[in-house]
Amino acid sequence: MSYYFAILGTNDAPVYELEIGTYRQSGNGVPHLPNELQELEQFILNSSLDILQDNQFKDTGLFSKNLDSFYGYKILSYLTQGNGKFLIMTDLKNHDESIRQFFIEIHELYVRNLLNPFYEINQPIRSADFDTRVRALAKRYL
Amino acid sequence: MSKQLKQLGDDIWKNQVEKINSELFTLTYGSVVAQLCKDLDNNYDQVNNELYKMGYNIGVRLIDEFLQKTQLSRCTNMHETAEVVSKIGFKIFLNITPTVSHWTADNKSFGLILVENPLADFVELPNTEARKKLWYSNVLCGVLKGCLEMVQLDCDVSFLQDSLKGDENTEIRVKLNKILKDEIPAGEE
Repeated sequence: MSYYFAILGTNDAPVYELEIGTYRQSGNGVPHLPNELQELEQFILNSSLDILQDNQFKDTGLFSKNLDSFYGYKILSYLTQGNGKFLIMTDLKNHDESIRQFFIEIHELYVRNLLNPFYEINQPIRSADFDTRVRALAKRYL
Repeated sequence: MSKQLKQLGDDIWKNQVEKINSELFTLTYGSVVAQLCKDLDNNYDQVNNELYKMGYNIGVRLIDEFLQKTQLSRCTNMHETAEVVSKIGFKIFLNITPTVSHWTADNKSFGLILVENPLADFVELPNTEARKKLWYSNVLCGVLKGCLEMVQLDCDVSFLQDSLKGDENTEIRVKLNKILKDEIPAGEE
């Protein structure tokens, strides 16, 4: 039961990624993604971007809980108003609401990070502080 | 006395000061620093100097606005100066009141501890070199230096610690070198 979480910048370049296991169902946060899937995860998320862009100007909400799926893994997305994308691929079912909460909190972190004058837009987020905060949120919601 | 100063600072802040959105202010200053770092190829010592100079130029002008708004008279000792700087100076221009502390025995040097620093909201220093060398808010030192110099106090002003660097507090150190005499400019009788 694992998650693969990625933030893509406004030009669809990856900005941040994280593999994390669930803390529910007595999980301990260690991801268990099969090897063959780990090699593909970036491709899977990127291929779902087409659907995201198709829906971008049709849907009013930011959050989409059934964006795409790939052999039992489903992909959820959150599109910020500034065209930043948060994507999660997971094999967990029925966690949509907590993932939505997670995205909302991540959105706040993401904005704070953008406001840092030393951060340039669409550059990888290397801040250790950001990483710890994301992991803490994952522990709370995922 | 210190109660009165606080009251005066509050009054001026409320009634006489033009205010701007704090995020606009923070982000503007942030862009300035980030751009300086870029222009000077991340030579952080030079960035510090540049910020200090900018501050100095602000300070020598700002003191006039300060005196015009406050109508204060001359301070009698450094303790009074420190109180005025903290309770009125910082209050009316930044709406913060740093704590005055760490007096040396000769009463010539004190620390200003900034509990919050409006310049540094959202900021995270980019790398370890910046963490070691860059004094992000160094403009404040320059401002203090400029202001104090214009009222005949020749001081050394510098940051001692900065919470951006992982230090416990943000502290500006002010040290009085000498009191300048009112002198007639060269060439005039």
